[in-house]
Amino acid sequence: MKDTKIEIKNLSVFFNYVQALNKINLEIQSNKVTSIIGPSGCGKTSLLRTINRMNELIKGFLHKGEVLIDGINIYDKNIDLVKLRKLVGMVFQNSNLFPKSIYENIVFAPTLQGINEKGILDEIVERVCTQAAIWKEIKDKLNSNALNLSAGQQQRLCIARTLAAEPSILLMDEPASALDPISTAKIEELILELKNEYTILLVTHNMQQAARVSDYTAFLYMGQLIEFGRTPKMFTNPINKQTEDYITGRFG
Amino acid sequence: MKNAAEILKPNHTGEFKKNFTGNIPILGIRIISYTVVLLLASVLMYIFANGIKVINWEFLLSAPRNNMTEGGIGPAVFGTLAVIFLMIVITVPLGIFAAVYINEYIKDRWLARIITISINTLAGVPSIVIGLFGLGFFVLFVGKNLDEVFNTGMLLGKPAMLWASATLGVLVLPLIIVTTVEALKSVPDIQRYAAISLGSTRWEMIKTIVLPQARSGILTGIILSISRAAGETAPLLFLGCAFFLPDLPVTYLDLGLFAIPMINPAEQFMYLSYHIFVLTTQSTNPTLTKPLQYGTATVLVFLTLLLNMTAIIYRIKFRKNLEGLRGY
Repeated sequence: MKDTKIEIKNLSVFFNYVQALNKINLEIQSNKVTSIIGPSGCGKTSLLRTINRMNELIKGFLHKGEVLIDGINIYDKNIDLVKLRKLVGMVFQNSNLFPKSIYENIVFAPTLQGINEKGILDEIVERVCTQAAIWKEIKDKLNSNALNLSAGQQQRLCIARTLAAEPSILLMDEPASALDPISTAKIEELILELKNEYTILLVTHNMQQAARVSDYTAFLYMGQLIEFGRTPKMFTNPINKQTEDYITGRFG
Repeated sequence: MKNAAEILKPNHTGEFKKNFTGNIPILGIRIISYTVVLLLASVLMYIFANGIKVINWEFLLSAPRNNMTEGGIGPAVFGTLAVIFLMIVITVPLGIFAAVYINEYIKDRWLARIITISINTLAGVPSIVIGLFGLGFFVLFVGKNLDEVFNTGMLLGKPAMLWASATLGVLVLPLIIVTTVEALKSVPDIQRYAAISLGSTRWEMIKTIVLPQARSGILTGIILSISRAAGETAPLLFLGCAFFLPDLPVTYLDLGLFAIPMINPAEQFMYLSYHIFVLTTQSTNPTLTKPLQYGTATVLVFLTLLLNMTAIIYRIKFRKNLEGLRGY
């Protein structure tokens, strides 16, 4: 059964008139993990950031084409960016927790949405921390500074903070690239847990990671989508020679 | 191939060369640095040694007496604090919002560049010119016209504390803007992205994330601007800085049961730095006022020194915060 959540149509992206993405067509399935692989500078992050329109924070951004989420073009003029970013959560490569307490970090998004009751906020904190598999480690120190946690814990807390905004799509930009193998394994387990409720896009440099956690894989090279398909097929029997070279590591 | 013993073995001609190109210039630089510190210390010590004799609570709080040859500097201390307080109230919001606009909102690079150049030029304008501008613009234009509109006679159309504060504000505005822009710039972009990606608007991001993280840096700028303003004399000459005032520029806000004393911004005032000038050059007997001159100078110097120290402490705190954020 195919259930398309995000549809990218003929998308081209430019930064200061330099083309970063060239006519990308991609259909992302609901409640699946789609990983985007490719060498550095191929436009993986740019592609990810077009989906929550974060690219617009960068000067000189231009785009052509459409990005549809549940059939709605998010580049339409009357799209409310705040609502869009609530719908599409993002986790960054390096943890970017605020220098506040753990509790304040998690309730950041709910408070912005106007939730002020302590009881409801407490519930949200416990729920998202449990989802992000970090509740046991932090439940006794919710009021201590979030930056005192270990790198792996910080990244899981970032995921919890993103979940607190109640998104339906999660964008993850190399969430485990700065972590040790044990923390990475935890994040990967988490991704597999979360895909039941969220549609996940994962940018990664780690082939094994893409193979382990994703259902679909997209291979980008020099701003072009070279190949897209089911992960097992991509990794065992790629159609394109370039894909095969990259996956097997015979690629510059 | 040479072995390590051969390379590391002391070699006399080499040692001489090393001394000549390495150690001697460094020695020179060291001596010059120490001399600067020594000079500063001796100036401070000289003023302090001569001034400490007259400083006591009475000197700090009472008014000058007997043709300025006796008494204290109370009104000048009060005037300085009042003018600076008003200046902060006027300038800080303006400076911070200007900096936020420059750093967070302007997308056009050329506009940002033009504004930055204007600010740097403003910072380079001599303070006496700023003072004349204050007289022409605030007193003769804004004040006079306000008087005409509200029919208040000569309330605002004369040199007064309000206009002195506003003019000092113009003088320190570039300093506040530049330090605030630097403080905002040092907040890492990934913090901004985090806030935006969690669904905050640009203003919510600035209010909840960027400004709190830049707080110590901004405070540093404000404190430095206070110490700059406290030391200024020239622009105040035209703007209501008085030779001698028997009464403090205070008005009483009558609330029926009791009255609250308030700074009266439409009055003239005395100012510490101008008071030193008055004591040394304008008094009837400069020799008799000498101890008072040293006393006033000591108070002024240690006021600015104290402010600069506070600024340094805040800067250290600011750096520590940022190190925590960047994770090193």
